[in-house]
Amino acid sequence: MATRITVDPVTRIEGHLRIDVEVNDAGKVSKAWSSGQMWRGIEKILVGRDPREAWLFTQRFCGVCTTVHAITSVRAVENALGLEVPVNAQLVRNIIQTAHAIQDHIVHFYHLSAVDWVDVVSGLSADPAKAAQLAESLSDWPLNGVHEMKAVQERLKTFVGSGQLGPFASGYWGHPAMKLPPEVNLMATAHYLQALEVQNYANKIVAVLGGKSPHIQNLAVGGISNSINMDAQSVLNMERLMMIKGWIDKLDQFVKSVYLSDVPAVGAFYLDWAGYGKGVTNYLSMPDCPQDSKGTVYDLPGGYIENGDLATFKPIKTHHDDFFRDGVAECSKHSWYLGDEALHPWKGETDPNYTDFQDEGRYSWVKAPTFNGKRAQVGPLANVLVMVAAGHEPAKKYLDAAMNTLKAVSQKPDIPLEALHSTIGRHAARAVRAAVMLDTLKQQWQKLVDNIGKGDTDTFNPPVFPKGEIQGFGVHEAPRGTLSHWVVIDDGKIKNYQAVVPSTWNAGPRDQNDEPGPYEASLLDNPVADPQKPLEVLRTVHSFDPCIACAIHMVDTEQQEIVKVKVL
Amino acid sequence: MNEHDIERLERRLGMSRRDFMKFFAGLAATMGLSSFAAEAMAEAVAVQRKRPVVIWLHGQECTGPSETLLRAEHPTLERLLLDMISLDYHQTLDTGAGHQVEAAKEASMAANKGQYLLVVEGSIPTKDGGIYCKIANKTMLEHTKEAAENAAAIIAFGSCASWGGVQSSGPNPTEAKGVHEILPGKTVVNLPGCPPNPYNFLATVMHFLTFGKLPALDAQGRPLFAYGRLIHENCYRRPHFDAGRFAEEFGDEGHKQGYCLYKLGCKGPETYANCSVIEFNDISGGTWPIGVGHPCFGCAEKGVGFTKPLFSLADVKTHTPPAMFPEISQRQGSSGVGTGAALLTGAVVGAVVGATAMAAKKLNSTGDSDKQG
Repeated sequence: MATRITVDPVTRIEGHLRIDVEVNDAGKVSKAWSSGQMWRGIEKILVGRDPREAWLFTQRFCGVCTTVHAITSVRAVENALGLEVPVNAQLVRNIIQTAHAIQDHIVHFYHLSAVDWVDVVSGLSADPAKAAQLAESLSDWPLNGVHEMKAVQERLKTFVGSGQLGPFASGYWGHPAMKLPPEVNLMATAHYLQALEVQNYANKIVAVLGGKSPHIQNLAVGGISNSINMDAQSVLNMERLMMIKGWIDKLDQFVKSVYLSDVPAVGAFYLDWAGYGKGVTNYLSMPDCPQDSKGTVYDLPGGYIENGDLATFKPIKTHHDDFFRDGVAECSKHSWYLGDEALHPWKGETDPNYTDFQDEGRYSWVKAPTFNGKRAQVGPLANVLVMVAAGHEPAKKYLDAAMNTLKAVSQKPDIPLEALHSTIGRHAARAVRAAVMLDTLKQQWQKLVDNIGKGDTDTFNPPVFPKGEIQGFGVHEAPRGTLSHWVVIDDGKIKNYQAVVPSTWNAGPRDQNDEPGPYEASLLDNPVADPQKPLEVLRTVHSFDPCIACAIHMVDTEQQEIVKVKVL
Repeated sequence: MNEHDIERLERRLGMSRRDFMKFFAGLAATMGLSSFAAEAMAEAVAVQRKRPVVIWLHGQECTGPSETLLRAEHPTLERLLLDMISLDYHQTLDTGAGHQVEAAKEASMAANKGQYLLVVEGSIPTKDGGIYCKIANKTMLEHTKEAAENAAAIIAFGSCASWGGVQSSGPNPTEAKGVHEILPGKTVVNLPGCPPNPYNFLATVMHFLTFGKLPALDAQGRPLFAYGRLIHENCYRRPHFDAGRFAEEFGDEGHKQGYCLYKLGCKGPETYANCSVIEFNDISGGTWPIGVGHPCFGCAEKGVGFTKPLFSLADVKTHTPPAMFPEISQRQGSSGVGTGAALLTGAVVGAVVGATAMAAKKLNSTGDSDKQG
């Protein structure tokens, strides 16, 4: 007899997500469903508006993935117009997106998902000296000393002693699936608190260029609004550039010394989780950080890997790549929309067809995206595997570093690379990606300074909209994976707008061939020790870094009447 | 606040007395309050008592408002959560999920009946019975009404909670509304902005916890310390506006000189907020939209943000500088202007009128309500 578990709300994510699983007598997940609980209709609001301001609206899809829907939107309109973007504007956007990615990854690990693995309360019984010894053996981070560990433990004692645990009151402290020794828990708690400060350096980089964070306001279709002038006030000048450089340097040590070693160090105690959460192993990732005005050269490679086999790697070289453009489709066979066919986003019809929750039929407002007819997983794991397959040296270097720490701490020198296709692997890949992004960020900053030094201060090419209909798509390898916006413009006004977001790729329901989506597939065979406290379900779902406000096609109307809605 | 309290506070906050007094002085300054108020706030935190309970609901939102607190430095999120408030329900931060976290919320609201602060982030969809946003199988509409019933005070944090925000823009497919619209008769503090400035929230909360009452609000429920003036009134590009110096396109010569962005569609002249005063992300030196050369699009102002086209000219509510400036030393009620001074004033007034007329002429000459960006 299977037990059905509903987790609603799923916390420590962006947005409103509900997860249902069936757990069999062996204590393993046998079926899984994911369902979004909120819909806003922003695509509908965009119809008829000026394409030059679409990015202001789409950025509000999400305040966690802030910047990404703004950048992707201007790229989509620029693609439709065939508009070149000045090199300075490309580089400023690249600095913003890499800094944001670093912040997003740090916060996801330390502040959103770490408490799935770290028992904060257990840190109270740790020996601070041993915690410091462990931390110092992992890296040269200066805030790993015994005084720091003692101070954190004291702070924790005062907080727990107050009896007011606030957001931690509902935690899974003492859960049988928690495996870390008290000293590792204390070290991780210290880094949790330190990371709160460190992530803000990345926010400041975004804000000094974007005007604020979250939600930047320095973009324009055709470039950026920052004017570059070394001889004026109130513009991007040397003082602002040096400010950014200062924060880049401050981020560097934490990401490479702490984040990149904490994930494998914690993972070493949870090696069984390298055997759970595999799911879909077709990996899709797009190139990013365009280096020229036409978008022909990219700093970070993209591509597609099938069945987890790096030998199948097929490169995707530009944001305008036909292989990507023609390969994307969305299917509604198991979604509450009319039609069973997989359709291209430009041609997508989204007429609701609510049927109630049919376990084997239609059960979700999320569509199921496919790439050349197959399900694909997107996100940092896909990105890192694709970069490694493409021979990207920094990706190889930091993946080696993470694997070496994992092997050293677990004292198992034979852990294969295949261990990455897992719940814990997604966390490891995110840390590796953060380190890669740090190097990329440094390079983009240097290139910007060099380009300005050559006398180029261009930041904007004005868009001109033709009569008649044009269409375009914009692409970004966002922190949660491959993101694309698809726009149809008629006489200079938006006619159709569609976003195929990372959380749709990963959270989608079964497809036209009844194949489960990445969330669902990865949950199968997960253990669940206590159905009342399904911590293990959260571990696998959180490893994808869900962001549900982005996956705006979703709406749960269980037992509710739904009016006919045309989602464009 | 005695020596013992101060020592204990130093230990608790891990800050020196000098640092925390500086911190409260800064917070008081944000709110336009005196140094006496700064001491009162310090005392409210110093004297150990139960941390005030906050219940935080998420409706139709993007988590932008919560994300702003992750970026705040005075105080940091860490100090806010560990030392100042007890955040008993917040979906983005709660460790537990599902029925555990819902049970924790119910328990806290019952135990702190009439004493908790309710914060709402996101709008509330009202169409079709509110089904477009559900948490734990209950609509956001029900959750909000229920939590508001026994709240000591209610804060709508961000434009969505204040007036509906981006999703209430035409055609408002879900009939999204602000918190005050579904709670007739209740006082709701509105802190609009997309996202809002975290310090407007933190200062409001500290004001409430310290003085036991809300700061003065305008007719739209917005605190005067944050929304009492138009952005345009305190914008450092304002002298360019008065002098008729405008950027006409991103990256043009005027734009490269940091001129006024009015002709690019800046909505500073019709948006009430303190962005130009306190800026964002504790950076200073131009870290706000106009500081990076982009027109304000009125994200905080109902009927402007997400409503008026980005590149349309603002409705200028106030733009004429006063014709006559009093002398700095002049006191109210004294007749400080002698014959010689009157003559001089006349000349100055002439110059000012001339400059304003020049600005007006330049504005009129465009006659373009949909400027190409």
